Amino acid sequence: MIITGKAHKVGDHIDTDAIIPARFLVTTDYAVLGANCMEGLEPGWVKRVKKNDIIVGGENFGCGSSREHAPIAILGAGIPVVVAKSFARIFYRNGFNMGLTLLEVGEDADKLHDGDQLEVDTEAGVIHNTTTGQSVRCAPVPPSMQELLDAGGLVSYVKTRLEQGVHSK
Amino acid sequence: MPNTLAEKILQAHTDDDASEAGRIVRCRVSLVLANDITAPLAIKSFRAMGAKRVFDRDRVALVCDHFTPNKDIDSAEQVRLVREFAQEMGVTHYFEGGDVGVEHALLPELGLVGPGDVVVGADSHTCTYGGLGAFATGMGSTDIAAAMVLGETWFKVPPTIRVEMSGTLSPFVGAKDLILAVIGRTGVSGALYKALEFGGPLTSALSVEGRMTMANMAIEAGGKAGLFPSDAKTVAYCKAAGRHAETLDADPGATYERVLMLDATGMEPQVACPHLPDNVKPVGELKGLRLDQTVIGSCTNGRIEDLREAAAVLKGRKVKKNLRCVVLPATPNIWRQALKEGLLEIFMESGCIVGPPTCGPCLGGHMGILAKGERSLATTNRNFKGRMGSLESEVYLCNPAVAAAGAVAGEIIHPAAL
Repeated sequence: MIITGKAHKVGDHIDTDAIIPARFLVTTDYAVLGANCMEGLEPGWVKRVKKNDIIVGGENFGCGSSREHAPIAILGAGIPVVVAKSFARIFYRNGFNMGLTLLEVGEDADKLHDGDQLEVDTEAGVIHNTTTGQSVRCAPVPPSMQELLDAGGLVSYVKTRLEQGVHSK
Repeated sequence: MPNTLAEKILQAHTDDDASEAGRIVRCRVSLVLANDITAPLAIKSFRAMGAKRVFDRDRVALVCDHFTPNKDIDSAEQVRLVREFAQEMGVTHYFEGGDVGVEHALLPELGLVGPGDVVVGADSHTCTYGGLGAFATGMGSTDIAAAMVLGETWFKVPPTIRVEMSGTLSPFVGAKDLILAVIGRTGVSGALYKALEFGGPLTSALSVEGRMTMANMAIEAGGKAGLFPSDAKTVAYCKAAGRHAETLDADPGATYERVLMLDATGMEPQVACPHLPDNVKPVGELKGLRLDQTVIGSCTNGRIEDLREAAAVLKGRKVKKNLRCVVLPATPNIWRQALKEGLLEIFMESGCIVGPPTCGPCLGGHMGILAKGERSLATTNRNFKGRMGSLESEVYLCNPAVAAAGAVAGEIIHPAAL
């Protein structure tokens, strides 16, 4: 999958309360959560985002609670990919499970700046920075995870597998 | 290539290559677990997936242990929902009434988890089973729903921090003190995304129960799993639980991210102070801190040997006037055993409150909630702000002997100084 969009840079340790504050957890609606994405970081943050834009985070992105509303809010805002130095463990799982692509790039995240135009090739594991002409490499999304993402997250993935009658032995 | 315990166990459950940290593997799971708080959400996802049955009705465990006996109408409704799901799916291992125990004490005792297993649970203390040599970890409810349906899940193979334990334990010092000392050194995120693997000469001296106490708190260091080797003690424990088990250990020469050396010689009982489990101090430094409550129980320290340690301190002594000492044996079997051994008699004689098996006060659920300004010493696992009640209360974590001594003295004290 190739995704082209603008980078929106955020800092280290962006927690799930910053991504979607607890007062919005009364719904699981993508549009409502998306409209309040990063509201705990900066009110009105989401207004800068256009469809297919990309979040570039620092260390430990998504730390805090296990709320699945956090990746939903990011997806609901139209953001299909988060690139970060590292991710908090439960968020990493929840991200893929909800259908959000997460790319871990370590210190190379510093080569991606706010407002840069990025072209992300998830299969090849390359983030091309069109603005600077530099490329950042990351581990490609493995086929099993790509399958999960292609299905639109874990619920749809399991649904599809059940329809195909595939059960584990 | 020599492998860590985590790599070895995951490899045995996957067709992918699990030989290196960072790889993503799809694994078959041995057991899937949820409780009265997390199962309702998982059931919601299960329905959304269009699932009609669980992958194996003998390998799903639903344990209603957190707010049971149901503390109010809302918790009763949650349990009702879980019960109806269990009945509809024909789930064998559903527990709610007189057969329920704190999940992480109950399942090992019933032989439902053992060495080499991959266990996933919608509860962060699922890592407890690492004490038996299982790769066990907590997850979100949707993950658990998928595992209930498919019998598999995905993992990123974690790097491992090896904890080498040596030396001899002083009186009134045990597994809880060792793990608090580890967390004090790693910090609450020091093992983020990683496995903790416990080994070294002191390992074989620890009981299987003690190992579970340690593995239980791996999550308090941010860990994904806490693993012990399976040895003759593990095999005997499993046999008593009606389950065949084999020994299992990491390969010599396996690759570790780092090795943490822990020498127990001369170690004092450890206490984790508010409001994080890594704020650890030796008991002596906290002497004289006034207490309103002590709790002896939970998935960390509610097992029979914990109750024996507490009873040994309480025998012939009285709990301080106006202090609540709440004793919650973690399972019905432990409760019966404590009755048989006369431990409950000792607790009652000394003025303790003996309650049913439940998570209850550990998470501020019920059966021992703190008021503003109150302070509890507890054998539980978390001391976050407001964890046991009021946001203005405090929780100190310790081993069962220290908790019992605190109940007698009405303040934090080394049991030997009573």
